Amino acid sequence: MNLHDFLDMGGYGAYVWSAYGLALVVLVANLLSPLLQRRRLLDELAQRTKRSRNTP
Amino acid sequence: MLSFFHRLASPKYFYGFAGRALPWLGIACLAFMLAGLYQGLLVAPADYQQGDSYRIMFIHVPAAWMSLFIYVVMAGAGAVGLVWRIKLAEIIAISSAPIGASFTFLALATGAIWGKPMWGAWWVWDARLTSELILLFLYLGIIALHGAIEDKRTAARAISILAIVGVVNIPIIHYSVEWWNTLHQGPTVTKFDAPSIDIRMLVPLLLMAVAFKLFYAIVVLMRARCEILQRERNTGWVRELVSKA
Repeated sequence: MNLHDFLDMGGYGAYVWSAYGLALVVLVANLLSPLLQRRRLLDELAQRTKRSRNTP
Repeated sequence: MLSFFHRLASPKYFYGFAGRALPWLGIACLAFMLAGLYQGLLVAPADYQQGDSYRIMFIHVPAAWMSLFIYVVMAGAGAVGLVWRIKLAEIIAISSAPIGASFTFLALATGAIWGKPMWGAWWVWDARLTSELILLFLYLGIIALHGAIEDKRTAARAISILAIVGVVNIPIIHYSVEWWNTLHQGPTVTKFDAPSIDIRMLVPLLLMAVAFKLFYAIVVLMRARCEILQRERNTGWVRELVSKA
């Protein structure tokens, strides 16, 4: 099997690869969401700790 | 064993436990997914009716299974939270909702992409598709309801009740292809007699299903860890963790 046949998927390439691409987008979004939330949260909590140290 | 679960239910212990489990789950998920993709895209033969378009199944079916599985986990965790007031159960319930919604969306969208070349239509209002769409609305309703209530404990109770009521939709989705005449095909794997699917197609399907389950485990643990940090922000161990980071 060559690369062209693989990408062509018997004529259904556009359908098959858009489905797999969409799956990739959904999986990546699922991973990014908690990662970004975690960084935001840790930054926020670190800021709060710093503030409470500076104010007597 | 029981004392292990007892300890695990404490948010602080769970936070550490989940953090240690995540890398292993990640490796296992990646391994299953790569094996599934290899088997599904390169090894499995073309379908005698649908040609290569059926390969969408390796995404579509596991995503649809996950949409139901996550809903049941969410409602189950919600019920445990309601009865025993276990914080961790509430956290698992609300952390599951966005993941379930995303898998439901993926099942519907890949179904539409598959439906166009095979049925000639992106969408038909048949029982399977309609009940799955209702599932998406249930997930979105649960997320919205949770966002609308300020107090976390009250919000958890409200979404748990909604989730439990919505469980009625799960058997409807599952049996829709048997109860009604649907354009959507009937089950080929979960039949009581031998599955009517070629073994070379069944293997990648099951590999992808395991990969998706592991993926859900990973994301729900990541979300739960965030939720725990948020809720426990004023406790000593979170302050210590932040000052070390």
